[in-house]
Amino acid sequence: MEERETEGVQEYSINLGGGLRASEPGGSLVDGGDVNSEVTSGWRLALRSFAENKLALIGLGILIFFILFCYVGPHLYYSNQLSGNVLNSDLPPGAGHPLGTDNNGYDELGRLMVGGQAALEIGFFAAIIATVLGSLYGAISGLVGGVLDGVMMRVVDVILSIPYLLIVLIVATKYSGTVLSLSLILGLFSWLVPARLIRGEVLSLRVRDFVSAARVMGSGRTRLIFRHLLPNALSVVIVNITFQVADAIIAIALLGFLGFGLQYPHVDWGDMLSTANTALGNGYWWLVYPVGISLILVVMACNFIGNALRDSVDVRLRRR
Amino acid sequence: MTRILDIQNLSTHIELSHSVVQAVGDVSLHIGAGETLGLVGESGCGKSITGLSIMGLLPPGGKVVEGSIKLEGRELIGMPESEMRKIRGNDIAMIFQDSSSSLNPTKTIGDQVAEPVRLHRGGSKKEAVDRAIEVLELVGVPRAKERLADYPHQLSGGLRQRVMIAIALTCDPKVLIADEPTTALDVTIQAQILMLLDGLKDRFGMSILLITHDMGVVAGRADRVNVMYAGRMVEATDTKEIFSHMRHPYTQGLLASIPRMDQDNSRTLFSIPGIPPDLTSPPQGCRFAPRCGFVQADCRLNEPHLSGDDSHVAACFHPVTDGLLRPEMMVSVSHGRVLKEENTSEIPLLEIKDLVKTFPVTSGAILRRKVGKVHAVSGVSLTVRSGEIFGLVGESGCGKSTLGRMIVGLERPDSGEVLLEGEDVFSLRRRELARKRRDLQMMFQDPYGSLDPRMRVAAILKEPLSIQGMDSRKEQEARSLELMREVGLPSKALERFPHEFSGGQRQRIGLARALTLSPKLIVADEPVSALDVSIRSQVLNLMKRLQVSHDMAYLVISHDLAVVKYLADRIGVMYLGKLVEVALGEDLYAHPAHPYTQGLINTIPLPDPDIERNKDKDVISGELPSPIRPPSGCRFRTRCPRAQDICAQEEPQLKDFGRLHQAACHFPLIDPLEGVGVSLKKSAM
Repeated sequence: MEERETEGVQEYSINLGGGLRASEPGGSLVDGGDVNSEVTSGWRLALRSFAENKLALIGLGILIFFILFCYVGPHLYYSNQLSGNVLNSDLPPGAGHPLGTDNNGYDELGRLMVGGQAALEIGFFAAIIATVLGSLYGAISGLVGGVLDGVMMRVVDVILSIPYLLIVLIVATKYSGTVLSLSLILGLFSWLVPARLIRGEVLSLRVRDFVSAARVMGSGRTRLIFRHLLPNALSVVIVNITFQVADAIIAIALLGFLGFGLQYPHVDWGDMLSTANTALGNGYWWLVYPVGISLILVVMACNFIGNALRDSVDVRLRRR
Repeated sequence: MTRILDIQNLSTHIELSHSVVQAVGDVSLHIGAGETLGLVGESGCGKSITGLSIMGLLPPGGKVVEGSIKLEGRELIGMPESEMRKIRGNDIAMIFQDSSSSLNPTKTIGDQVAEPVRLHRGGSKKEAVDRAIEVLELVGVPRAKERLADYPHQLSGGLRQRVMIAIALTCDPKVLIADEPTTALDVTIQAQILMLLDGLKDRFGMSILLITHDMGVVAGRADRVNVMYAGRMVEATDTKEIFSHMRHPYTQGLLASIPRMDQDNSRTLFSIPGIPPDLTSPPQGCRFAPRCGFVQADCRLNEPHLSGDDSHVAACFHPVTDGLLRPEMMVSVSHGRVLKEENTSEIPLLEIKDLVKTFPVTSGAILRRKVGKVHAVSGVSLTVRSGEIFGLVGESGCGKSTLGRMIVGLERPDSGEVLLEGEDVFSLRRRELARKRRDLQMMFQDPYGSLDPRMRVAAILKEPLSIQGMDSRKEQEARSLELMREVGLPSKALERFPHEFSGGQRQRIGLARALTLSPKLIVADEPVSALDVSIRSQVLNLMKRLQVSHDMAYLVISHDLAVVKYLADRIGVMYLGKLVEVALGEDLYAHPAHPYTQGLINTIPLPDPDIERNKDKDVISGELPSPIRPPSGCRFRTRCPRAQDICAQEEPQLKDFGRLHQAACHFPLIDPLEGVGVSLKKSAM
């Protein structure tokens, strides 16, 4: 056994850098270089990049406009949506009815607001149900791995291969009616894509070195999931929600159009389009364009926001 | 000499959404006919952007804002794209660093090599294929004709790099730009590729622009060397001159930062403090001034321009004159206990016995049939004593990382034991194992992946303590502050997120995290291989300093023998899942017993033109065999110059060569001690 000791330190008049400087063990040598004085979290960077995306801001603006339109609008613009007046049916836009009336005499503008409420609510509820279910399913599948992963993913494959709309239609005829039940039905049938997405994310995260590092520190599985995997997969989840909202709004419009949507006295945009369908030949354009354009705008806004979120979350690590 | 390529005052900027990176500023260089010019610098210094500017292949947002690039008198800047296409791949060809992403995975290599001929020479398909076979044979692809129909993924990394070179050569380019041509390769393959480039240059008289960060690569083959720092050319002269009479303090510091095989590892390594400037807002004055040891007031005010005579220019107001900084000039570091002789009475800190790990190779998505197994680690035994640094070297795929991961319990071995202070880690129950982990920590290779991007540094440093349920919140905070100071980072770094740090700084944070629990052993898996030379020496010094002040042991895993030699007291050499030689560092370097060790030592490019040019060109031939079907007997026999029949039949056991020196070879390079045959079963000291 041999002990080597510090052999005295040569003195240099000039500072020749790290290697020639006396390095006291445990000394307070800040030679690692400085850091920026501005603290920027990953989320803040993502937000900044999001704010720079013009389409995203337009999308956000459109979405906020429609939320205000649908929820604040009815308080400012009163119209009777519970009982129609057949005498007023199919009036063109004019005084008293800025967007005209439909064939049952309901005011079209007011109906657009009420129908929008249903579309937005179902869209968000269904998206959240689908994303929560899918995230949990995917996270478990990806984290446990092995046989369970294989089985769980084959289940997803099988369900995905069944025509989705067909099942929704069958189920919808049995249970349709309320916003909640429709959200549930849509949510329960659209968790598959997020499940795959999250599984992929978890698979790539769990072999990352910081997860290994946490395991070396003695971290248990619960801590891994809640402190490391979920926060890092969260960005993917959030992006996914926006796309799911758009999908659900389209789906509920479709159900409504086919006559499986909300039941009287509730109404959604799909119902309105379906009513308009018969009126189109008569040249009643006010029954088609306002609701159609609203639908397109809301879905487009969700997609813009989703795209921008995806971009801003992705570049988070690449750009300083 | 006629100037084939002449670059004058080139400035290239890259526009980002918020800022403009002044990647290359006012750079002039020229290459004569048949000359090899080495362009050296650390990552981000603008050397690759210079190469891409010549090719007109700048990344999105990149633009040449000033200067001229002339190829045999023809101006390339501002040339229409259609003209440029005729030059690219024809007059100027380029070899990229990463052959796996630079080759098209959906086209056969025959098509890819023939493509430039069809594009530029307009030959028939038959002529193009003939030419493809010819150049593939030229670059040493065995059985080139049969390989034409292979796809890139069917080739090994070394062969892919040869194919890349073949593509570059098909049209007999006048200038070959080689951008880090060997950085992604193992040392033995690197030596083969560099020799190939040398041979090709001699035969065809091309001019080569060799872009690299590795001074050793340049020393052996460049005629002249240009050094870049932070987008500026700082020095340009003959290769010999730059290694012996450099004038710029950066060049001097860079050369002194490289650990050498023959270096006394009880002294610190020179290191350039700090990190390179941010090129979106470069500092006023000399760009090296903030890190320079010789800085004076005028350096910070004005920027020096290249000055000197034609043969040697440097951009410095106060050039250095004392030549290479010798290791003797460095400060000694007190060093931990060094074990020179075997001491059997002491229980070693870590003892691993006959560790075996295989990974199944499966096919099919549902049934997962096992079609074979990868023999990652096949019966490795070694010991690490407390306060010792043990180095483990080997090429990629030799199982060294798997071994490291088994030691810290990230992988379970198929058989064998990992004993920490005499206790088998894998027989411990969950709670005991969690406690035991305090003594056993790990430092990771990738500074980007090893820190959770969503956590602040403070939380990262506190995490080990809170997992282990140690210390109150206040104590944890005090501990984090202390650790930051120890690893040389300002305390305000605690509030930052990992993406705000440079690679070297992240590696310091990783080390601080590993230190939090005051472990007895840190397994460091390639701790510095992702770092630049000047940053690498900072981290190496830091690791050494902390090892002494914390009285812990390291198991350092690396492919770089020079790094391991500098850090470690004892070194183990692994080849294809087997430990082939263990010895004290200086013994291993001075008289290796195993031919593989000898080959590894020979193939490392040294930053010294005299040694590098006169080196015998015996490099290890061939490539690493597949670990799915390792060769019988001695696993190295397929590449070994001394192999005989017995090597295929019988597996060599570790033999004792005295002074803790053991090697597993039937025909060792030095004589073993008489009659001592240590079996693998016994501890491989």
